[in-house]
Amino acid sequence: MIVALCLLLPVAAAAWLALCHRRPNLREAVSLAAAAGLFACVASLSGEVLRGGRPALVLGEIFPGLPVAFVLEPLGLMFALIASGLWFVSIVYSIGYLRGNGERHQTRFFACFALAIAAAIGVAFAGNLLTLYLFYEALTLVTWPLVTHHGDDAARRGGRVYLGLLVASSMLFLLPAMAITWWLGGTLDFTPGGILGGKVSGGAAAGLVALYAFGIGKAALMPLHRWLPAAMVAPTPVSALLHAVAVVKAGVFSIVKVVVYVFGLDFEPAAFAWLPWVAGFTILAASVVALRADNLKRRLAYSTVSQLSYVVLAAALLAPLSIVGAALHIAAHAVGKITLFFAAGAVYTAARKTLVSELDGLGRRMPWTFAAFGIGALSMIGLPPAAGFVSKWFMVSGAIEAQHWMALAVIAASTLLNAGYFLPIVYRAFFRPAGGEMHGEAPWTMVAALVFTAALTVAMFFWADLPLALARSLA
Amino acid sequence: MLEHLPALQVVLPLVAAPLIVLARSTRFAWLATTVVSYACLVCAALLASRVADGGAISYALGNWPPPWGIEYRVDALSAFVLVAVSLTASFVAPYAQRSIAAEIEPDRQYLMYAMYCLCLAGLLGMAITGDAFNLFVFLEISSLASYVLIALGRRRQALFAAYQYMLLGTVGATFYVIGVGLLYLVTGTLNFADLAERLRMVQDLRPVLAALAFITVGMGLKFALFPLHQWLPNAYAFAPSMATAFLAATATKVSVYVLLRYYFTVFDPAALFERLPTREIFLLLSVAAMVVASLAAVYQRDVKRLFAWSSVAQVGYITLGIGLENQAGLTGSITHLLNHGVTKGAIFLLLGGVALRAGAGAVTMETLAGLGRRMPLTALGLVVAGLSLIGLPGTAGFVTKWYLIVGALERGAWWVVAAIAASSLIAVAYVWRVVEAAYLREAPAPAAARREAPAGMLAAGLAMAGLCVYFGFFTSINVEGAHAAAALLLRGAQ
Repeated sequence: MIVALCLLLPVAAAAWLALCHRRPNLREAVSLAAAAGLFACVASLSGEVLRGGRPALVLGEIFPGLPVAFVLEPLGLMFALIASGLWFVSIVYSIGYLRGNGERHQTRFFACFALAIAAAIGVAFAGNLLTLYLFYEALTLVTWPLVTHHGDDAARRGGRVYLGLLVASSMLFLLPAMAITWWLGGTLDFTPGGILGGKVSGGAAAGLVALYAFGIGKAALMPLHRWLPAAMVAPTPVSALLHAVAVVKAGVFSIVKVVVYVFGLDFEPAAFAWLPWVAGFTILAASVVALRADNLKRRLAYSTVSQLSYVVLAAALLAPLSIVGAALHIAAHAVGKITLFFAAGAVYTAARKTLVSELDGLGRRMPWTFAAFGIGALSMIGLPPAAGFVSKWFMVSGAIEAQHWMALAVIAASTLLNAGYFLPIVYRAFFRPAGGEMHGEAPWTMVAALVFTAALTVAMFFWADLPLALARSLA
Repeated sequence: MLEHLPALQVVLPLVAAPLIVLARSTRFAWLATTVVSYACLVCAALLASRVADGGAISYALGNWPPPWGIEYRVDALSAFVLVAVSLTASFVAPYAQRSIAAEIEPDRQYLMYAMYCLCLAGLLGMAITGDAFNLFVFLEISSLASYVLIALGRRRQALFAAYQYMLLGTVGATFYVIGVGLLYLVTGTLNFADLAERLRMVQDLRPVLAALAFITVGMGLKFALFPLHQWLPNAYAFAPSMATAFLAATATKVSVYVLLRYYFTVFDPAALFERLPTREIFLLLSVAAMVVASLAAVYQRDVKRLFAWSSVAQVGYITLGIGLENQAGLTGSITHLLNHGVTKGAIFLLLGGVALRAGAGAVTMETLAGLGRRMPLTALGLVVAGLSLIGLPGTAGFVTKWYLIVGALERGAWWVVAAIAASSLIAVAYVWRVVEAAYLREAPAPAAARREAPAGMLAAGLAMAGLCVYFGFFTSINVEGAHAAAALLLRGAQ
């Protein structure tokens, strides 16, 4: 019942938003109410899930034996909590951003935003691969109008790369992978322990892993990562909520879900042996690109590409501790990266600056924004007292448990690289002299949002109980 | 009364046509057409449910028992096709009123309705008859009517397109009748069930093989089997809107049905698929159509022509199941008769509305600019139907694709799986050209005002687009029917 409500609420909100497009204040109130309601609904389910319950909802069968079904399990609950909670914060932020920058088509923006969240919740709750695929594709489609929001040539080009890569990967690889799984296993239900164990082995198994790993293009494994930097043509709140949280997390979430519930942790490790190398390469290569990127959003985008591969790497190790790390990192990276994007958007709104090299001295004019940015950066690097440390700790432990020294080396090297491209920004902002005209902080709703997410990043370091409990019940 | 349903199914539209011509009133013509279309849908639905409950229905026309008289025979496959055709008709008929009023000169409008009724009667007759020569008669009725329908298009090229189609269509029909003649020569019967029995013994005789070749090429011409598709893009592009929508959704599908009927229930499938390279031929031609025609679609400027090329590609999906020759593959093929029918029907119905408001004969990418603002509902319907064309989950197109992929996997034909994925990817390219034009291009200033198509046309188009989604989630009609039909065909194969 509540499961259905969680799915319907954002869809209903989108319809309602479209109706009150002449009254912006009412429209925003509806958005906020829907987000708060959604978060409350999801949170009310968490007790049952933690006690081992699995709230489920089965809609009609599309194919015999293949219904549209929702089953709420710990990982999905975590993803849904993050997506719905940060949706609320993002709306608060967006109100300041859209009005501050005089953006057009604000109603379409909020409506598509709500639909994107609905799709993300669908992905989170999906009880079988077919349902997951349904909402996965829907998520791509409803975010396309957000990516091309400005409607100019750059937006059209970005939109093409975005849609092209995401749809191409899912059609060429994910759909066949799903059909093969159905053909081999006779079911697509997410089953604890997996459904493919003993049904496929050797080269075929490795090939199937590859179809999934590259088919879930939203996980941005190289060389299919280009859509993410392309999506940066979108307004910053979109980049913040969708391309740091909902869309990319739907990608790595699907990867973890497939690893845990389709292949199973007891699946032959040889089939996954190649994946850490690709993920490791992505982590390092994306970090190097980020190091050289002067555009702040581009740097953040490549940092996201790199951080997503942490999750893929950790999942591919098939070690219980690394799976915990992967699940935690989905949450930890979300709150950290959304803070960074919020800060980038605040800088753009207040100072009209988009390049890292222009940020000199801005920290003293916008102390809240850059303090939050610093906390987000700490989380990316994986230093205490930020959430990123906790997840990295588990990933390192998992790598040691699996005795996978390459993974360990990659995590260490990437930590240095992360420091290399985030700390100079903080340094510039606080210790270089400022130039240009005077300005203060961005509109207060934006500052409030980014301070809140920064606080959340710290809070998840000190009070990691809930995410940890959810992650532990996976492995 | 109910036992005469098979006859009514065909007689209703067949009688409506001369009545319309006698009455010479446009209003009566539209009314009669609509009533007949809905009556046909009711007949088809009743027949389908009776077939599902009690098995195939045999009806002796004029009470002459088969094989001497003409037998109408409704089994799971023909019932499915009857439903598909009359479902489309029931959307096209209400749509026709405004569309025909806008596109055809007033004194010819009633003729258009008459031709439409004849075409409908021909198509339904082809699906229901159990007699090889009677099928030829209905084939010619529907073909001749469709040549006229196309020739009535507003642009001058319509005449040439109709002429081109008539030449190739006549070759096709002639080939078919030559094939039937050869079969009659060998077996001395025209009844399908009788033919099947007698052909078991003589399947490898040269005249029978020649008949097979003639019928394959003849019907291939009619349903635009790649590379016999030359007539189709022009015919669809220049025909009046309602004719395009109706023909695109039904005509090619019924011809594929005829081929399925011959391949699986008339000829000896064992001989056909084991001793002849039928499987390889159909896999190759289907994949070629899916890839080449989709690529051609990407480069079209005229939007109706773009979707016409896409139809050639989608016929490839339908014939793919013949090459796969297993339960999943054939289910995919047969369900696509309906799935693609509603998808393409929705697209052409909505494009008709766009053409009407644009005032121009042709709908080009420029005409679509800013459609998302000017005609938001039409644009939304086009997007939904476009998604079904691509085959994204939650749409009718996905249902087809899923069965075809599973069928290809069961056959071990990996390259076919890759081809299906590649072809849907190319579909993304051409559908997204339309979406980009509609949403990301500014409308030229004078045309920027918001104005939807007339309510009747819009409602029909949107309802069909809604069906694309309905059939993507609720598959009791399109999949269960197709599944039963595929099982029936394969039972014949053993």
